[in-house]
Amino acid sequence: MTGHVEPMVGRYVHVEISGEMHRIYFEENGQGIPLVCLHTAGSDGRQWRHLLADAEFSKAFRIIAFDLPWHGKSNPPASWGGEEYRLTTARYTETVLAFCGALALPKPVVMGCSIGGRIVLNLAIDHAAEFRALIGLEAADFQAPWYDTSWLNRPDVHGGEVCAALVSGLIAPQSPEVSRNETLWAYKQGGPGVFKGDLYFYRVDGDLRGRTDRIDTKVCPLYLLTGEYDFSCTPDDTRRTAAEISGASVTVMEQLGHFPMSENPEQFRRYIAPVLRDIIKQSAHTKQGEHV
Amino acid sequence: MSSPDEPDADIAGTFAGIPSLLDRAPALIARGRMLDCECLLGPLDHPFHVSIREGRIVDLTPAPVLMRSWRFSYRATAVAWAEYWQPAPRPGWHDLLALTKRKQATLEGDLHPFMTHLQYFKDVLALPRPRGQVPA
Repeated sequence: MTGHVEPMVGRYVHVEISGEMHRIYFEENGQGIPLVCLHTAGSDGRQWRHLLADAEFSKAFRIIAFDLPWHGKSNPPASWGGEEYRLTTARYTETVLAFCGALALPKPVVMGCSIGGRIVLNLAIDHAAEFRALIGLEAADFQAPWYDTSWLNRPDVHGGEVCAALVSGLIAPQSPEVSRNETLWAYKQGGPGVFKGDLYFYRVDGDLRGRTDRIDTKVCPLYLLTGEYDFSCTPDDTRRTAAEISGASVTVMEQLGHFPMSENPEQFRRYIAPVLRDIIKQSAHTKQGEHV
Repeated sequence: MSSPDEPDADIAGTFAGIPSLLDRAPALIARGRMLDCECLLGPLDHPFHVSIREGRIVDLTPAPVLMRSWRFSYRATAVAWAEYWQPAPRPGWHDLLALTKRKQATLEGDLHPFMTHLQYFKDVLALPRPRGQVPA
C-alpha cells in the first residue's frame, strides 16, 4: 500500500430511536476519553475529518463523529415514507443519548456545532451528570431568524444550490478557499428538506431561553466557542446565553465563522486545543481522586 | 477599492463598473447562464436598474427610469457597500444577508430570481472587492 491512508475508520451501528432501529454511520479514531462530535444542520460528520485525524488528540481521546439519520451515510429509517422530516429537541436528545449508549461510551465528552451546539445546551440542562464535559460551538439558547426557511425545499429552487448559497455567508472571508468549498459541498449534497427539517429544531422547537439557568457547570463543565463571523449565532448570542450560566466558559474565535472545524481547521485548532487539554487535565485529576 | 467613509457618488461609480468586471469573469457568467432578470440594485437612495441576460449585465441605468419594472430589489447603505467591498470585510458586513440582518440593506419584490441565483448575486455584487488580498 503506497497511498496515504487516513487513520479514522467508518462503521455502522444499529441504534434504537423512538422505538425503531436506525442504521447510524460513524467514524472514529484514537483511544481514551470518548469525544462525540455533532455536525451542523443539513451537513454530516465529514465536517470533523481534521479533528478525527489529529495526531495529538487521538492519543488522549476516542474521537467519534456520527451522521444523524437522514444525513450523510445514515439513511432515513425503514418506516419513513416521504413525510416531511422535522428534527425536534426530544428526538435529537434521544438520538445522542442512544448513540452513546449503543457504543457503551463511559461518560463521554460531547462537542456539537450550530444545532449540535444548541443540543449540547439541552444535554447540559437535563443530562449533565451523564457527560464528562460539553462543548458548544456556535451555540446559543436562541437566535433571531435571518431568512425564511421555506426557500430551502421547494420544487422550483435547487435545494443544494440555495442551501449552500445561504450558509456561504457564514464562513469567514479569511478561511481557505478549499475548505470553504468542502464545507459548502456537504450542503449541496444534502437530501431534500433535511436542512429545513433540522432548522425546525433550531428555529421553532429548540428555544431554550429561560431554561439555561438550570445548568450546573460543577456537575459538567461547559465550554462555548463562537466565531466572530457567525452572523447566525453571533458572539453576542453566545455571551447572552453564557450570562445565564454560572461557570460557563466563553471564547470568541477570530477569523472563523459558523463552521470552525471545517472552514479553517488550522485556525480552529488554536482555539479547541486548550479546551481539550483542559478536559484531559480535569480527567486526570478525577481519576487520581478516585484512587485516593 | 472603496473606503467605508466614501461618498455615495463613489459608490455609484464603483457600481457602474460591475458589468465590465463581470464580463471578465466567465465562470460567474456561466453560473448565471439561465438567468434573465430585471432588478434594482445599489445604494438605498440612488439604485440602478439592472438588466441581466444569460448571466451578463447588458444594461445598468441609474433609477428612476419612467415606468420601468423590476422583479426584485437589493439596496444597501453607502457604508454597507463600502464595507462589503473591503478585501476582508468586518464581521457582519461580509455578506448580503448579514447586511439585511443588521438593517443596512433591504430586499424587496419577487425574490425568486434572487434565491435561485443567490451565490451568483453575492459574487457579482462582490466583484469590486480586491481579490487575493485577504489579510490572514
